[in-house]
Amino acid sequence: MRAVRSGLSALVITSMFLLAPSASGASSPPSRARASFPVTVLSAGGKVTIASRPTSIVSLSATATEMLYAIGAGPQVRAVDKYSNYPPNAPITNLDGFSINAEALVKYHPDLVVVSYEPAGFVAQMAKLKIPVLYDPAAPTLAVAYHQYLGLGRATGNYARAVAEVGRLKARIAQIVRTTPHVPAGTTYYYELDPTYYSVTSHTFMGQLLGLLGLSSIADAAGVNTNGGYPQLNAEFIIQANPDYIFLTDGPCCQVTPQSVAARPGWSVLSAVSHGRIVNLNADIASRWGPRIVNLLQEVANAIKKYQG
Amino acid sequence: MVAGVSTTVPLLIAAVVLVVVVVVSTAIGPASLSLATVLGVLASHVPLVHYHSSASAVANAIVWEIRLPRVVLAGLVGSMLAAGGAAYQGVFRNPLADPYLLGVAAGAGLGATIAIVTPRASFEWLPVAAFLGGAAAVSLTYLMGARTGQRSSGTSIVLAGVAVAALFTAIQTNLQQQHAADLQPVYAWILGSLSTASWTDVRLILPYVVVSGAVLLAHRRLLDALRIGEEEASTIGVHPQRVRLVVVAAATLGTAAAVSVSGLIGFVGIIVPHLVRLTTNASYRVVLPVSMISGASFLILADLGARMLEAPGEVPLGVVTAFIGGPFFIFVLRSRRSQQGVL
Repeated sequence: MRAVRSGLSALVITSMFLLAPSASGASSPPSRARASFPVTVLSAGGKVTIASRPTSIVSLSATATEMLYAIGAGPQVRAVDKYSNYPPNAPITNLDGFSINAEALVKYHPDLVVVSYEPAGFVAQMAKLKIPVLYDPAAPTLAVAYHQYLGLGRATGNYARAVAEVGRLKARIAQIVRTTPHVPAGTTYYYELDPTYYSVTSHTFMGQLLGLLGLSSIADAAGVNTNGGYPQLNAEFIIQANPDYIFLTDGPCCQVTPQSVAARPGWSVLSAVSHGRIVNLNADIASRWGPRIVNLLQEVANAIKKYQG
Repeated sequence: MVAGVSTTVPLLIAAVVLVVVVVVSTAIGPASLSLATVLGVLASHVPLVHYHSSASAVANAIVWEIRLPRVVLAGLVGSMLAAGGAAYQGVFRNPLADPYLLGVAAGAGLGATIAIVTPRASFEWLPVAAFLGGAAAVSLTYLMGARTGQRSSGTSIVLAGVAVAALFTAIQTNLQQQHAADLQPVYAWILGSLSTASWTDVRLILPYVVVSGAVLLAHRRLLDALRIGEEEASTIGVHPQRVRLVVVAAATLGTAAAVSVSGLIGFVGIIVPHLVRLTTNASYRVVLPVSMISGASFLILADLGARMLEAPGEVPLGVVTAFIGGPFFIFVLRSRRSQQGVL
């Protein structure tokens, strides 16, 4: 799913770049954030006008849920979809962000809906019901993720908190990068999305994040944009590429562990296996572009510290 | 050619082609190794030879643990799908029959999906679940079809297969929608792939393929008898319904085992038997064994495409079989028809 979702995101990357700056330009100064309604916010779905400060937000995006709580909009959230398992106090429901049932959604009387996947005609359908929809698809870059924070901040009347949160994330990332030992040039990783060797290239959101620590993906050899940056790699290629690190995100779905990877036929020759450089990453964080990416970056940084030191 | 002509020549040609295909496919891969290295690794694994290869541990792992089991598994799966297709076409006297006709694919798809979306279920259970799902779907089809059509020519069973396949596919699609986060592995399985092939997979399906293949081969003369028509066959002492049951059971067992490790690979079961018919003759004494050997060659070659076309990325195997197999089949069909004036 991750690959599919992010493949879609590649399509909107251009529009996000075009829309996001103008969206921040259209905003009112942070000091007057609460008084600024109605506001018009530009998301990937187009211009959205929100008449008054939302108090019944429905988030159908696990990432947006995390972002909303991070910028202090938590009390305004009425319902979140079944994949929004963080933060734990979010009002989780059986709504499904990837198979949206409009009637079930309307039951919550939303005054703002946030989605990361937009089925054809959904925004128009909600427009008839005068329900504004913010469409924030998978962010292809950190910059786009930051713009989504600001857009959510404006739309919910928490712009100042959103600006602060973006500042905090930038500072945390800079700090992690600063305090992590430099890896030798050409240090590579194999990032496993599923046990059939779907992976990420250095150009994906996750690839860029790991790139901040000096790591590059062995999947780049498949062409950085193959399959939207999420190619399925050939097993013998992985063995020959001999990555320095292996990052796993298929623990929860498929019971893959560092031990099971080491036990795969032929994989024992990998230096990442013999040196124990296999890191289990949190699959939820890894498939989102929310505030907890700094935790994931810290996990990778810790692994580098451990093995470099 | 006339039916009843020696089977030796086509068999020999098919066998030689298979040997060449196996050698070429084992020599080529996304990890570029020299032919000498590959041969060295292979020689070092021949029992009783005690050849010590100078190849690195990495080369050994690539050739022996990854590439060769994949070639062998592709051969077994291709052989089984082609044999299953040929057998189904014979027993239902329908040129469009393929091994998935009675719902084995839909059942295996549902089983695989259940295994994938079940929390805390290991991927190792996927083949077992797919196998059970496939077998269950065909059993259901047979029970329903056999009960409604008393003296049918298999039509009611085929129709029951359509209904069961639709039902199982609907359940599978619904499950898949409810677990959208697992969509990617389900989708990858449906497209078919041998990307994680290992000797374990080979050992897993080998017994089923051998038993199923042996039973089907043993029925090749009876399948020829059915070609003249069920009633006519009965007059010479053949029991069409009994033959059908045994052949379907054997083909299902083998096909379910094959798709449980490979996912849904389409087309092999239709085009390989037809290619064999078009290039040799229509007798099952030729079609069945030659399809088995050629099915192996076909899928090994298709998998070579899956490995190499976007190397080091993978192309779904089911996409390659349809993409290469489709046009190739049309080409052969047209050229043979223009020569013979008939199919």
